Amino acid sequence: MRALAAVFLREMLILRRRLARQVLAMSVSPLLYVLTFGLALGGSVAVDGRSYLEFLIPGLAAMSSMTQAFAMAGEINVARFYLHVFEEFQAAPIPRLSYVLGEALAGVTRALVSIAIVLALGFLFGVRLSYGLAFWGALALNSLAFASLAVALAMLVRSHADQALLNNFIITPMAFLGGTFFPLESLPGPARAALSLLPLSHASRAARAGAFGLDPGAAPYLYLGLAAAAFMLLAIWAVARARD
Amino acid sequence: MLRLENLEKSFGPSRALAGLSLEVGPGELFAFLGPNGAGKTTTIRILNGLSRLDRGRASIGGVDIAADPLAAKRLCGLVAQHNNLDGDLTVWENLDIHGRLYGLGRRERARRSREHLEYVEMADRSASLVKTLSGGLKRRLMIARALMHGPRLLFLDEPTVGLDPAIRRRIWALVKRICQDGVTVFLTTHYIEEAEFLAGRVGFINEGRLVASGRPREVMDALGQWAVDVFAPDGHRTLFFAGREEAVGFIQAQGGAGSVRRVNLEDAFLSLTGRRVS
Repeated sequence: MRALAAVFLREMLILRRRLARQVLAMSVSPLLYVLTFGLALGGSVAVDGRSYLEFLIPGLAAMSSMTQAFAMAGEINVARFYLHVFEEFQAAPIPRLSYVLGEALAGVTRALVSIAIVLALGFLFGVRLSYGLAFWGALALNSLAFASLAVALAMLVRSHADQALLNNFIITPMAFLGGTFFPLESLPGPARAALSLLPLSHASRAARAGAFGLDPGAAPYLYLGLAAAAFMLLAIWAVARARD
Repeated sequence: MLRLENLEKSFGPSRALAGLSLEVGPGELFAFLGPNGAGKTTTIRILNGLSRLDRGRASIGGVDIAADPLAAKRLCGLVAQHNNLDGDLTVWENLDIHGRLYGLGRRERARRSREHLEYVEMADRSASLVKTLSGGLKRRLMIARALMHGPRLLFLDEPTVGLDPAIRRRIWALVKRICQDGVTVFLTTHYIEEAEFLAGRVGFINEGRLVASGRPREVMDALGQWAVDVFAPDGHRTLFFAGREEAVGFIQAQGGAGSVRRVNLEDAFLSLTGRRVS
């Protein structure tokens, strides 16, 4: 437990020192999406009887939670390849699970900050939705899944450049195809089925249903929980493999 | 304290360790000497869980590192060759995180952090961000951090590389004190004078194998007490003599060409391997 706390605390101390910069950086993309898609393009569009901006905000929160949780991979990469701080964890008598959980929880924390930023932006532009347990539960699980995936892939890549490729091939396509900007139900059957495999699709759907006061059902939570567990197991295996 | 039996490690086609065996007793200050790429850092990385061992057996304080890696790690402290401190954290925070990783309680962490900062003469820098420290201070902090959890065996991988001579001597004094306080020290270096000054025993590693070991004086005396460097048109030669008079007599017989000096560990390494350490 102390080891887990040590890994988490280290990330939090760093986050606290850079908080102002981080909040600014985390605000840029959501603000641009709100301005371009939410207000300019979607100003005259309604989805299921709601304004496009109301449709967009929960999806944007899900997308931000994914990108910020996955951004842990970049932090771990820097610690591993440039600062060599990862060696301190490798040499310490700590179980791999403690390291993975500590980093993953740090990713979840970053993701929660980014969700708060998106909701604040929504509030600023007049979006009033209900952000209860169904909403936060879906996004917390989504964050845990992508933070765990971040730890796993950060251990498997051989250089910082490889990490950028993963962002290009995994995170960016998922951000645009995971139900953030359009309802998956509007797609033809095979495309909808394929995109339903993405964890982000489940997170967007559940977060949106929760924010609209509807019942998302148990399925998205189960799917996200299973994804988080699978990625965490992958991360534990990958930490052992990170030894040269 | 440390026992290595036939360690083997390869990185692809390149063989880093080729059957390395050695023993280090409790309380010893053992210097592991060899040129770059000889296998010194690989050995330390394996013993600290940073690299996998292909074959062989290693135990620390009687604990097999493969059978019980966490117990073995608890006995060790590591000062890596490069700075691996957290630059964005303060000196105190670096020590505190390390203490947590080794399971120390809050009071114990605070007490040991204070003690070790005093030990390395950095008590006034506890609130400084590490990235603002000089190279020498960073190295002292790395030593304090490695000692935080009370290791029985301290690994120092090239602890003075890149430091100026004055700071290097301060680090040497600190290392001597650590050993006098009962910690076994395993030091890698390619600075000959560092090994001569610090080590109670030296081991020469070349191409992944231990080629000789013993007390520095014994290893050097096997060649002789005095060396004569002769610079000839076909290259540089070193000849060894038991006495100074003999060495001086040789130079006079050669018409004064050459210089006399004491034999050093570099000579011993060169005569064993045909390679220079530094």
